[in-house]
Amino acid sequence: MIRYIASRLLRAALTIALVVTFAFIVLRLSGDPATIILGPEAPPEAIEAFRHNWGLDRPVLVQYFDYFRAILRGDLGISMRDGRSAIELVGERIPATLALTIPALFLQLAIGIPAGVYAALHQGTAFDRTVMVSAVFGFAIPSFVLALALVLVFSVKLGWLPSGGRDSWMHAILPILTLGLGGAAALARFTRSAMLEVLGRPFIRTASAKGLPWAAVVRGHALPNAAIPTVTLVGFLVGSLIAGAVVVESVFSWPGVGRLLVVAVSNRDLAVVQCLLLLVAASMVTSNLIVDFLYGVLDPRLRQGARAGA
Amino acid sequence: MAGPLIRIEGLRVAFDGAPAVRGVDFAIHRGEALGIVGESGSGKSVTWLAALRLLPEKAVVEGRVSLDDDNLLEAPIERMEHLRGGRIGMIFQDPASALNPVLTIRRQMAEALALHRGLSGKSIDAEARRLLDLVGIPDAAGRLKSYPHEMSGGQNQRVMIAMALAGNPDLLIADEPTTALDVTIQAQILDLLQLVRRETDMALVLISHDLGVVAENCDRVAVMYAGRVVEEAPARTLFEAPRHPYTRGLIDALPTLDAPRRLVAIPGVVPDPRRMPPGCAFSPRCAHAAPACLGAVPELRRLEPGRRIACARAAELDLQPAATALPAETARPEVRA
Repeated sequence: MIRYIASRLLRAALTIALVVTFAFIVLRLSGDPATIILGPEAPPEAIEAFRHNWGLDRPVLVQYFDYFRAILRGDLGISMRDGRSAIELVGERIPATLALTIPALFLQLAIGIPAGVYAALHQGTAFDRTVMVSAVFGFAIPSFVLALALVLVFSVKLGWLPSGGRDSWMHAILPILTLGLGGAAALARFTRSAMLEVLGRPFIRTASAKGLPWAAVVRGHALPNAAIPTVTLVGFLVGSLIAGAVVVESVFSWPGVGRLLVVAVSNRDLAVVQCLLLLVAASMVTSNLIVDFLYGVLDPRLRQGARAGA
Repeated sequence: MAGPLIRIEGLRVAFDGAPAVRGVDFAIHRGEALGIVGESGSGKSVTWLAALRLLPEKAVVEGRVSLDDDNLLEAPIERMEHLRGGRIGMIFQDPASALNPVLTIRRQMAEALALHRGLSGKSIDAEARRLLDLVGIPDAAGRLKSYPHEMSGGQNQRVMIAMALAGNPDLLIADEPTTALDVTIQAQILDLLQLVRRETDMALVLISHDLGVVAENCDRVAVMYAGRVVEEAPARTLFEAPRHPYTRGLIDALPTLDAPRRLVAIPGVVPDPRRMPPGCAFSPRCAHAAPACLGAVPELRRLEPGRRIACARAAELDLQPAATALPAETARPEVRA
């Protein structure tokens, strides 16, 4: 188990290093921050001074290694826009984003898993078909369309909920729904097929032949096996929640990291963008790490595979 | 002799309108070992899964399965749960997939012990160890903590047997218990089933496509073809003088170790359940088919005590071993090597 965890941790660290490198390259390729921040009309001396100030006139490789060393020290640079540290800027936005993503994740789990299990146990019924159809919609509708549709119904037509801002808990409802519903549908569909697959396996018949009541067969034998593939999808959903937050926060004017990212990218505020990418990468990697760890907990075959060094 | 332990009458099973079992009658007495042989799709496993109501809901099951005063096909589900594992244990073909991969052996055995023996805590461990000892698993205490993937196929099948014995059943149904195992392990598992039967006086239904396995281990053998029993006789009688052309064909297709000979295959394949031939289902493959065979489906008739056969020409046929076979006294297969 220790070996299993160690190998996953190493892989996680490598992934983050790659993301950091990738972010560095893409941002340097995508345009000169000096001209964007100072404007195309700025005098050449001013642009030169700006570049010198921020170390942009040094060789790219030197910039890269400096940047990497700084990250290892925990120094993510200073915003080129307002001179505050990038970590501070990003840090003060995190609670707002968590206030959307955590409830959205719970919404996904609370709707998706029970609906999927129930649909699998009642295959072919009206409920099952409803779950399947809504799952297709949930998958297919982009979050900005769903966001606008929700605003149209609940804010414009019914007037029940505010359409943007962050003044009360009421303001969080529509963004949370937008973030959560698509994933809930995907999770329901996936849980359903995982359950159906497991219910068809021979050990389910063994458990029934033993005399276990059906509810106990489902609880004790089917669910623990169906949980293994489902955990993979949940890990993926956590990652997509962070990506989804970029869109949803923009639509609902929610002052979280997603909106900060949009603003920072359009300003070529390198330090802030890099800090945000690192945050996104770190949260993706962490959720994958948790998934890997849960695999080990849920599936004894993986634990043993790791022991054997496989 | 008291009445039979379990009696199946007129059992029919159909999936989506396709009949898999087309009227089967069996009676099994206490302590008796009945072998059921047939090719894949002959309905031999489906018959017993239907009797225990372990088939998916889309299966349409008719008939009667009596165990003492219960009709298993109509008993309330709670009663069935009590009987499954309690009065009737069942083990399956591929032990590696028949055990839950994410639960320990202890947990899987404990369920049966808690359900049917009312045990809990320490007494479960003690009894589970005793059962694993009984089925010949070394280091039983250590094995309780194991998962199925940490053990061999043979050991898993021993665990399956131990689990099936947990409820002290009167009848054990072994559905192709050795098919997925190596030949040497097969013999061990069959020996174990015999040992267990001697120690517990439990009746056994041994389902197999291997006539040899059944011959060695059963008192009585029923041969199934296309969802019906075509011949039933004491094991030795069936082998020495089969009366149904299909049984004859199965015996001729068996290899022998003591005097190798050319094997004789039965031509053709099992008919599609949706397109059964008229009359006797075996007639298209039968070397002895006559116009009479194409009329009505031949009934399973009692020929002499303990012997039943479903062949329109049973009385007139004298089925000799295939030309390339050896004299009858050596034709009996030797499966244990």
